[in-house]
Amino acid sequence: MSWKELQQDLAASCYIASNELAMAVYLASEQQRPLLLEGEAGVGKTEIAKQLAAIHKTNLIRLQCYEGLDANTSIYEWNYQKQLLRVQAVRDSSSDEIESQIFSEKYLLKRPLLEAITQAKAPVLLIDEIDRADEEFEAYLLEVLSDYQVSIPELGTISATSKPLVVLTSNGSRDLSDALRRRCFYSYVSYPDTETELAILQARLPHINARLAEQIVRFVQSLRKEELEKKPGVAEMLDWAAALSGLGVAKLSDNPTELQATLVCLLKTQIDQYAVPQMVTERLVAQVVE
Amino acid sequence: MKTTQFPTTVEGVSERVAGFIAHLRYNGYRTSVAETEKTLKALPLIDIEEHQQVKLLCKTICTSNKNNFDDFDELFDSYWFNRGREKIGTASVQEKRQTRNRQHQPGTDSTVSTEAEGEAEQPETSDIDGEASHQADGRLVASRIKNKEKIDFRELVTPESIQQAEQLAYLLAKAIRDRRSRRYRASLRGNRLNLRKTIRDSVSYGGVPINLYRQQRPDRPVKIVTILDVSGSMTVYARVFLSFVKGLISHDTKADAYLFHTALLRIGDTLRDHDTLRAMNRLTLMAQGFGGGTRIGANLKHFNDQYAQHCVDGRTVVIILSDGYDTDPPEILADALKRLSKRNCKIVWLNPLKGWKDYEPIAQGMAAALPYLDHFAAANTLESLAALEPALRKL
Repeated sequence: MSWKELQQDLAASCYIASNELAMAVYLASEQQRPLLLEGEAGVGKTEIAKQLAAIHKTNLIRLQCYEGLDANTSIYEWNYQKQLLRVQAVRDSSSDEIESQIFSEKYLLKRPLLEAITQAKAPVLLIDEIDRADEEFEAYLLEVLSDYQVSIPELGTISATSKPLVVLTSNGSRDLSDALRRRCFYSYVSYPDTETELAILQARLPHINARLAEQIVRFVQSLRKEELEKKPGVAEMLDWAAALSGLGVAKLSDNPTELQATLVCLLKTQIDQYAVPQMVTERLVAQVVE
Repeated sequence: MKTTQFPTTVEGVSERVAGFIAHLRYNGYRTSVAETEKTLKALPLIDIEEHQQVKLLCKTICTSNKNNFDDFDELFDSYWFNRGREKIGTASVQEKRQTRNRQHQPGTDSTVSTEAEGEAEQPETSDIDGEASHQADGRLVASRIKNKEKIDFRELVTPESIQQAEQLAYLLAKAIRDRRSRRYRASLRGNRLNLRKTIRDSVSYGGVPINLYRQQRPDRPVKIVTILDVSGSMTVYARVFLSFVKGLISHDTKADAYLFHTALLRIGDTLRDHDTLRAMNRLTLMAQGFGGGTRIGANLKHFNDQYAQHCVDGRTVVIILSDGYDTDPPEILADALKRLSKRNCKIVWLNPLKGWKDYEPIAQGMAAALPYLDHFAAANTLESLAALEPALRKL
């Protein structure tokens, strides 16, 4: 499969990827290296992992990062209750025997990272919002990402049965370490241009009126140029389009009051909602409706 | 100017790729032999005759952050098409190399089409005395400017005082930064036992606390963001302030600095350059090419729009070094500061004029800014900078 074919496959499953992103994804899957995606919220970083899993017909294993995420919840944990029961059940056997029994794979709880490398078919492993996890966690990740293996002191090293396709996403809330960056292929996902965004909208909502679709995309594109705290992403645009077509709007200029009310799909802070009053909406609509 | 000419004498793809990786490294990328290897391994996967594909491939492999990602196309073209373009935003260090490059013909690689010729040579650095004019998009292109406009900061302050300013700033930054939270948080090597977690965990051992969990007070370092005015009215102070800013941010990877005159530039990475002379030269270049009005309000607005979201939060001290003479209406400045203060940061304004006798903040801009400032102080002498410490510590 060449990278163009991958791009077409993605398009067929409703994900329109830019050339840069398609090449990055292609290289990551061919060279079995993790892929680090950065970009604004709502540009489709997480979505691409889902679509990749769909294309390769494999599992998607997702690890949502948060502050305080540790090895226990992300790599593995011993099943203490089960171990304790076992110890109490075989009280009379020698301690070495018990030890070798309770520290075996049977008593191991696999968390996402270990799960991902022990699957029969290589899954897609999505490590979402890695910038939210602590720096300590990045260090754990390095071993998994560079050698695809996990070291468990009691059991030894578990190597990957299949190498997962790893996708890391980051919103840039903190700088990632160079060590992590160096192990990954990198791509920055930016807001799509008008044509691409239109293609995305038509792929996702195929029944939408073509003229409305174009108006929606151009409206959102010009809204992104306004001074907003949080610019609407592609996901917001799709929500809005779904809302408008659900309301039976045929043209943006039809019902200004209703249109203004639907902007809640796009503007997610109070300040932004104040920043785009009816007057601004009407000006933007006038630009896109000719 | 860091250019790497296309190696016409080199044979074979691998050497050229190695040269390209070196070219990127030379331009501040963190690329090494590993990247060369990755690139060479990946090349068979694509159609090597298509330079567009090669560019995408190299971009994926060699970039590792947004800045790299944005400049990459230009660096790629400069190497493979021998455009002789220089590094984005650097001081003129190697003009001779530059002049030599310009005589070179475009490379003879088969993947390189002839389109390079037409747009190749734009007027660039031509002599050592040339100065930089600044273009709005943040790129520096050296051009001929009359010698008399040259501003030499070194004549205005002694090297010792510059060094002293940097030292002072370092101490100040330390005073501001060192903060600890009152709360405790789970930590592997904490100094206190985390009783709640230990007891909770002991349940799975039948009440025997086998795993001892620890906790400690997390560091909550205060981030420093400096915005420095280098407009005409501030030139007298610019050099020493630059050193001051350098001291503020150089030992802290999270701190950031910006410089403005009529436009805003991010200088954090430049200032962290361990080669002080090179950093100062670059900054001198950046600080030149102005002399027109100061647009404090507009620049702060730009800062709010583009950078504040990422670098300003509740634990940030924004230090503005400016004299408050604004050519924009004061409302813009007030609005920008109001928006900035909504991010819950502390705003400190250091004004060199405040140290003058009988100074009143009556410049319209300054008057409009006052309500939003957490601290307003003088900064015209080293002593006044040193006197900031207790105030900043309290913030």
